[in-house]
Amino acid sequence: MDKKTKQEDPQEIEIIVNNIPYSLTIGIHPDQVGPSDTLAKTLRETLGLTGTKVGCDQGSCGACTVIMDGLPILSCLTLTIECDGRHITTIEGLQEPKTGKLDPLQQSFIDHTAFQCGFCTPGMIMASRALLDNNPSPKTHEVKEALSGHFCRCISHYHVLDAVLSASKKGG
Amino acid sequence: MPKEYRFIGKPTPRKDALDIVTGRARYIDDLVLPRMLHGKVLRSPFPHAKIKMIQTDRAEAMKGIRAVLTHYNVPTWQTGIPRHVKVLDSKVRYVGDAVALVAAETEEIAKEALDLIEVEYEELPAVYDVEEAIRPNAPQLYEEFPGNLLPLDVPTFGPKTLSQVVLGDVEAGFQEADIIEEGVYSYENIPNPLPIEPPGVIAQWDGPKRLTVWSATQSASWHRFIMQSKMGFPDIRAIGTHCGGSFGSKNYAAQPLFYAAALAQVTNRPVKVYYSKEEHFGTFSLRLGSRFRGKVGMKKDGTLTAVSGTWFVDTGAFSDMAQAQVAVGCGEAQLMLRCPNWDLKTKLVCTNRSASGVIRGFGGQELEAALMPVVKKALAKPDIDPVQFIKKNYVKPGDGYFWREGNWWVSEGMDYSKAIEAGAAAFQWKDKWKGWFKPTAINGPKRIGVGVAAHGNADVGEDESEAYVRLNPDATATIHVSVAESGMGQRSSLCKMAAEVLQIPLEQVQITPVDSLVNPFDFGLVGSRGTYAVGSAVIEAAENARQKLFELAAPMLQASPESLDTEDGMVFIKGQTDTGIPWRRIIGIAQTCTGFGRFEPDYSKPNFLILFTEVEVDMETGKIDLLKVVAATDAGQIIDPPSLNGQIYGSLGSAGIDTAIFEESILDKKTGQILNINMMDYKWRTFSELPEFQNVILESGIRTHRYGAVGVGEIATSPGPSAVFMAVSNAIGKTFTDYPLTPDKILAAVGKKHGE
Ligand code: FES
Ligand code: FES
Repeated sequence: MDKKTKQEDPQEIEIIVNNIPYSLTIGIHPDQVGPSDTLAKTLRETLGLTGTKVGCDQGSCGACTVIMDGLPILSCLTLTIECDGRHITTIEGLQEPKTGKLDPLQQSFIDHTAFQCGFCTPGMIMASRALLDNNPSPKTHEVKEALSGHFCRCISHYHVLDAVLSASKKGG
Repeated sequence: MPKEYRFIGKPTPRKDALDIVTGRARYIDDLVLPRMLHGKVLRSPFPHAKIKMIQTDRAEAMKGIRAVLTHYNVPTWQTGIPRHVKVLDSKVRYVGDAVALVAAETEEIAKEALDLIEVEYEELPAVYDVEEAIRPNAPQLYEEFPGNLLPLDVPTFGPKTLSQVVLGDVEAGFQEADIIEEGVYSYENIPNPLPIEPPGVIAQWDGPKRLTVWSATQSASWHRFIMQSKMGFPDIRAIGTHCGGSFGSKNYAAQPLFYAAALAQVTNRPVKVYYSKEEHFGTFSLRLGSRFRGKVGMKKDGTLTAVSGTWFVDTGAFSDMAQAQVAVGCGEAQLMLRCPNWDLKTKLVCTNRSASGVIRGFGGQELEAALMPVVKKALAKPDIDPVQFIKKNYVKPGDGYFWREGNWWVSEGMDYSKAIEAGAAAFQWKDKWKGWFKPTAINGPKRIGVGVAAHGNADVGEDESEAYVRLNPDATATIHVSVAESGMGQRSSLCKMAAEVLQIPLEQVQITPVDSLVNPFDFGLVGSRGTYAVGSAVIEAAENARQKLFELAAPMLQASPESLDTEDGMVFIKGQTDTGIPWRRIIGIAQTCTGFGRFEPDYSKPNFLILFTEVEVDMETGKIDLLKVVAATDAGQIIDPPSLNGQIYGSLGSAGIDTAIFEESILDKKTGQILNINMMDYKWRTFSELPEFQNVILESGIRTHRYGAVGVGEIATSPGPSAVFMAVSNAIGKTFTDYPLTPDKILAAVGKKHGE
């Protein structure tokens, strides 16, 4: 990050979301990103990517999980100004952009009806995607551990485990 | 054997599945209207106080602030039964009670403005315990309710609203009894159903009498027909978004709706009020407090002879729906306990903590959790197997009960003995049950215990539903019904029901958006009414549309309507598929053909669910692990297997099973604050702590509608607390008087102190 030239101009940062670079100006005006804006807020309100959900805004439900440089992070606990130069993937970025083909995990969540209200689902899918990217055939306990910070009040856990494990077997 | 269907009973993708997994599903906070303002609420730091002075000038002068409202200038709308809860009052009655409202261009400005409002309070003494609150010198919450006692009538249930169970002769019943047990048991955790998404509403006025509300709701129509009567009958158009969980609590959101509508009215702009998680925890819809003080009489063979006592129900600061929960709770108790003699009285009491709302379990869970421990104490004496007791005492076809509106109903449902046996076999109950207060196994410091409880509800046929089904020339169908999606998958299940009648692919059935302007009346997805009540209306509408289609086709095919059939958009003479003509030739290439269906209430078909639980108690730390759950029921006919399984697994969430061991809102009775209003301090079950969970669902068919199905989702949470309570008692050989069974209570019961 040090070599980022953007640091010369602290008023502007660039974040790459779903492979699209966005230049954002930091400031207090309505069209700017506030210094205290969380990444969740920027994604949802500035970039219109409302697929990322905010359940608690306190870092304890996992709903706002996105992938940053390959790792799952809580976007409600991450300040946008700290994301200069970072690559972020949100739920909107999982589908094949040209063909619209679903990520195998998305398909598996559909096939297993791995949701009830669906509000926790984007966060669950992003965390599972990060898991499978780093560990393509996880054991059940590893999936549980990767998702242990994810609150699902509807109790879709059992269906989610089936969905993630079956996507992993398919090499997702 | 269940019938083979094309869609019914098969797992099919949820209609909204693609939207959910791609993040396109729109929840209330994803919605932004042009010129929309953000509303925020200033809340009381005191549990009980008079507002002596409010100074709003500084807030009003802030840039970006569009309105500040206090009790001096809010509309005079009122909620509560009877109407007693104002939008804002000159008095606050719980920590978090609303004091002032602001609307601003951004959420940040609105929050900042709250800090600029100055309020002077005169503190009043507060009361938190139901039995203390009704003593003569207790602090009084409302002038109109002396003794803090609320009336028990529900106007919409009529003049005979059920508020007690009085039947037979309890004196004689106790005389006949071999065993009489009494006690006081409290289920007063006041847990939060805690859907992941906080409640939120957007309101917009189009003229003085026309209000549109968007909300994350479980039952959109409540935001029209219930809220209208509280607001001077404006014409409310209620639009629902995807709902991030509800569990009853978001059936409606009277307070957020009041706030948004009041701010929208003075600013003449759309206003969104979306609660923070702290507000959600601290000010929105807790479970009712429930305490039973009374006794039961029983014969040695487990025949109940008498139940008497008082059920104290604590609403917190106000009651919007508690009377209805008392009514339904009293009804459900009679389903679970066949007993000829009852004298169960209720007292509905308000206290100085955040209000209780509508929560899955709806009075029945609260009463069961407090009443069953005394029944079980009676069973322990002659060492009666609780499974046998449930089999003997769960309402049977031909048995009667009073339901919520006070009428006597006779069960035309089923005998659930087979489901009980199937569940017991799956759980291996016979091997695990060692008798009352005896552990199933002892492994060093750890003890295993098992417990069981059952629950039922006759609300599967509650209230009215209406639906239209419109056939389109392109062999598609559109269901017009006011049904929201808060997780039950009911919108998809209704599509399956219609697709099955019309024999068209499921993809060709659509359901209208949740909008009271385009849909006929439906009471909403409350209780377990989606499958039978709403389902019946949709099925009838689909059948009616099909009938009309056949009447149009009959002359073309030179046959009687009765001799026709349809499949995949063709109408033909039964058995002669080659005679077929497409819908578009019958209906016309641009026209439509619409059927109507209506369901009238029917309380004669109670559903049922039995829950077997196995726990492990660590005698050294007091920690309880839930190891295994088996839920057994008979759904008549499964509509969608994953949706039904999900509903039953849901017993682990929404202030259900875990209220027996760790779920609670911790109320500090010195300050009136709830101490754990965040998701770190409020305990919830994680992936790593999932018990083994097995559902045993029979499909015996029940006389409801075309598919013989009955809803069962709502009650899944209800037997949980008392089942686990019993399992823990059996594991360690001790009994308890109140929930939840936290480690300190376990250690105290076994004569140990923390750290010993
Ligand atoms: S919204 Fe970020 S963890 Fe809950
Ligand atoms: S599906 Fe509702 S919270 Fe997970």
